Amino acid sequence: MLPYDPVLYSRILTGVTLGFHIIFATIGVGVPVMIAIAEWLGIRRKDPYYTLMARRWARGFVITVAVGVVTGTAIGLQLSLLWPSFMQIAGQAIALPLFMETFAFFFEAIFLGIYLYTWDRFRNPWVHFAFVIPVVLGSSASAFFITAVNAFMNTPQGFELAGRTIINIDPIKAMFNPATPTKTAHVLSSAYMTSAFVLASIAAFAILGGRKHPYYKKALKLTMIAALVFSALTAFIGDLSGKFLAKYQPEKLAAAEWHFETTEQAPLILGGVLGPNNEVRYAIKIPYALSILAHGDPNATVQGLNEFDPDKLPPLRTHYFFDAMVVIGGFLLVLSLFFWLSIRKTGRFAHNRLILRCIVAAGPLAMLAIECGWIFTEVGRQPWILRGYMTTQAGATTSDHVDVMLLLFSALYAILAATSISVLGKMFRRNTAEQELIARGIERGPRT
Amino acid sequence: MNYELLGISVLWIFLYGYLIVASIDFGAGFFSFYSMLTKERHLIHGVIERYLSPVWEVTNVFLIFFFVGMVGFFPDTAYYLGTTLLIPGSIAIILIALRGSYYAFSTYGAKDNKLYMFVYGASGLLIPASLSMVLTISEGGFIEEKAGKLTLLYDKLLASPYAWSVVLLAIVSILYISAVFLTFYADRARDFAALQVVRKYAFAWSVPTILSSLLVFFSIHRHNPDHFAKMMDLAWMFVLSFLCFLGAIRLIWQGRRYGTAFVLVMLQFALAFFGYGAAHLPYIVYPFVTIHESITSPTMALALVMAFIAGLLLLIPSLVLLMRLFLFDADYVQGKKK
Repeated sequence: MLPYDPVLYSRILTGVTLGFHIIFATIGVGVPVMIAIAEWLGIRRKDPYYTLMARRWARGFVITVAVGVVTGTAIGLQLSLLWPSFMQIAGQAIALPLFMETFAFFFEAIFLGIYLYTWDRFRNPWVHFAFVIPVVLGSSASAFFITAVNAFMNTPQGFELAGRTIINIDPIKAMFNPATPTKTAHVLSSAYMTSAFVLASIAAFAILGGRKHPYYKKALKLTMIAALVFSALTAFIGDLSGKFLAKYQPEKLAAAEWHFETTEQAPLILGGVLGPNNEVRYAIKIPYALSILAHGDPNATVQGLNEFDPDKLPPLRTHYFFDAMVVIGGFLLVLSLFFWLSIRKTGRFAHNRLILRCIVAAGPLAMLAIECGWIFTEVGRQPWILRGYMTTQAGATTSDHVDVMLLLFSALYAILAATSISVLGKMFRRNTAEQELIARGIERGPRT
Repeated sequence: MNYELLGISVLWIFLYGYLIVASIDFGAGFFSFYSMLTKERHLIHGVIERYLSPVWEVTNVFLIFFFVGMVGFFPDTAYYLGTTLLIPGSIAIILIALRGSYYAFSTYGAKDNKLYMFVYGASGLLIPASLSMVLTISEGGFIEEKAGKLTLLYDKLLASPYAWSVVLLAIVSILYISAVFLTFYADRARDFAALQVVRKYAFAWSVPTILSSLLVFFSIHRHNPDHFAKMMDLAWMFVLSFLCFLGAIRLIWQGRRYGTAFVLVMLQFALAFFGYGAAHLPYIVYPFVTIHESITSPTMALALVMAFIAGLLLLIPSLVLLMRLFLFDADYVQGKKK
C-alpha cells in the first residue's frame, strides 16, 4: 500500500469520478442530437421506423442520463471537497460559466421530463418534436460551459492574484480564454461522433445477431452517416487544437510528441517506447507532420521539451494517450467513409460481416478515444492545476481519509456500471424493435 | 441591497426550493417502499409515479445550483466546508447517486424490483440526515483550525444533542411535507383510495415534526446562545410558522382544500427556514466565514446576478409549462393521459 498522501488520492479519486462520468456525459450530449435527427426524419418522411428509433433511444437514454446526473453531482461536489484551496481561488473566476452550466442543465432537465412523457399527447407531431430542441440545446450548452471552465484551468486569464486573494476579475475574458474555442468545439463534436458510433454499434450488433428487419438497416445507415459527418468535423477541429497547443501550451504538445529538440520540419512520432536517455525506439516517424499539425507549414519550427523548465514538464506518458486518440479517430473516420462509399456505390447496405464487426467495435473504441483524449489533456497540464498560477499539490485537500473515500466511490461506480448495463440489456432484449412495431400497431405480426 | 446580501438571499431561496421539492421526492420514495411492505402499494403507486417521473431530474438541479452559487459568491466556504466535510459530503454524494440512479432503474428499467426500490427508498431518508450536517457544522463549535489545518471534530459532532435534533427534524419533516403534498395530489387525481393512505401518513408525521422543531429550537439555545437570541428577535416568524402548521392540520382534518393546506405547509417551513437563516447572518460558517468575505470582484458579482436573472427568465416559464403539463393537467394527474 502507498503511504497516505491526500494529493495523490485526490488526484486518483477525481480521475476515477470524471473518467466514469464522461462516459455518461458524452452519451448525454450526443444522443439527444441523434434522437432529434431520427424524430425529425420520422415526421418529415412519414416513416414510423425513425420515430420508433427516436423513442427507443430516448428510453435507453433516460437510464444513462440518471447515472450522468448523479455522477455529475458527485464531481461538482468533489471539486470543493477534494480541491478546497483551488476552489477558494479559482471558484470566483469561473463562477459565471459554472453557474451557466447549471442553468443549461436545469433547462435540459425540465424539457427532458416533458419530452419523455408527451409522446402521444399532441395531435401535431411537430409539437412533441419541439420539446427535444431545448434538450439538445441544454445538453450541448452545459458541455460548452463546463468545458470553458476546464479551458480556463489550461489558459487562465481575466484576473489578478494578490497572495491568496483574486482581484480584478473579468468574467467574460476568463470564460472566453484562448483554449475555449478549440476545446469546446472538440468536446462537442467528439461527443456527437461517439454517440453516433455507440448507436451504430448497437444496430450492427443486432444485424450480426441475425436480425433482418429493415428497421435495423435504417438505424445503421442513419447512425453511420451521422458518424461520418461528426468524425470529419472532429478531425478538423482536432487539427485546430494542435495549432492551439503549439501556440499556447507548447510543452503539452512537445510531451505528447516526445519532441525534445526544437527543430524545423518536425516529424510526428507514432507509437514507440522511450529509452533510458529519452531516446525514442520502435516508433514510426512521419516527416513534416508535426510542423504541419502545429503551424500548418511543413517547414515551421516546433518548440522542443528541452527548452522548458525541467521541473514543470508534463509527464511523457501522455504520448500514448495522444496516439491512441489520434489512431482511433483516424480508424473511425476511414471506417465510416468506407461504409458511406459502399452504400453509395451499390445503392444498398454493405452486408460484409467484417465491416459489421468493425462497427460493433467502433462505439466502445470511440469511447476509449474520449477517455484517452481527456487523460492526455488533463495529465498533459501537470504539474499545474491552474497553469502558471497554482500547482496541483497546492490545490488539494489536507483532509484525512481520502483513501477510504476512493474505495467507497470506486465501489459505487462499479455497482452503478453493473446495474445500468444489466437494466439496459433487459430493457431492450425483452422488448425488441420487431415486437414494439407490432405492439404499437405500426406493423401486423406474423400470422398465427 | 448589497451583493453579498443579495447573493445569500438568492442562495437561501434556492435551498428552500430544494427543501420543498426534495422532501416531496425523498418522502415519496420512502412511502412507495413502505407501502410495498404494508401491501398498500397498489393504492398509491400510480399517483407517486405519475408525479415523480417527469420532475426527479429537476429536483437534483436545485441542489447543484445551491452549491455552485455558494462557491461562486462565497469562495471561502469552499475552503472551510470543503476541507472539513470530506466524509459527510462524500456519504451524501454516494447516497444521492444511489438514489437517483436506482430511481431510474426501478422506474424505467426493471419495474417492481424490490432491491432497487429498497435502495431508492432507504437512501432517500438518509440523504437529508447527511445534508443537514452542513447546517449543524455552520452553527460553529465543530471545526478546529490548528497550524493551518482544519479538522472536523467528529467525536464532538456525534455527541452533540443539537446535531441529532437537526437530523431528526430533517427526517420527520420530509415525511410530513411529502405526505401533505401527496394528499393534495391524490385528491386532484380523484384517487380516493390513495388519498386515505397518504392522509394517514400526513397525520402521523405532523406531531413529530412540530416536536422536533421545538427540540432544535431548544438545542440551539444551548449550543449557540447568540444565534438563539437573534432568533428571538424574529420570534414573530416562528409564531406565524406555527399558526400555518395549525391551519394546515385543520384543513387536512376537515378533508377539504388540500391545495391550501399544502401552501400553508410551504409557508410554515418558509417562515421557519428564513427566520433561522436571517438570524444566522452575518455568519455563514460560524465563526470562520461571514457574508462580508464574499466575492472580491464587483464585475463578477454583477455578471452572476445578470446570469441569474437571465436564467430565471428562461426557467420560470419552463417550470410553469412543466407544472401545467404534469401537475395541473387534470387528465394527466388522473392517469387518463400518458
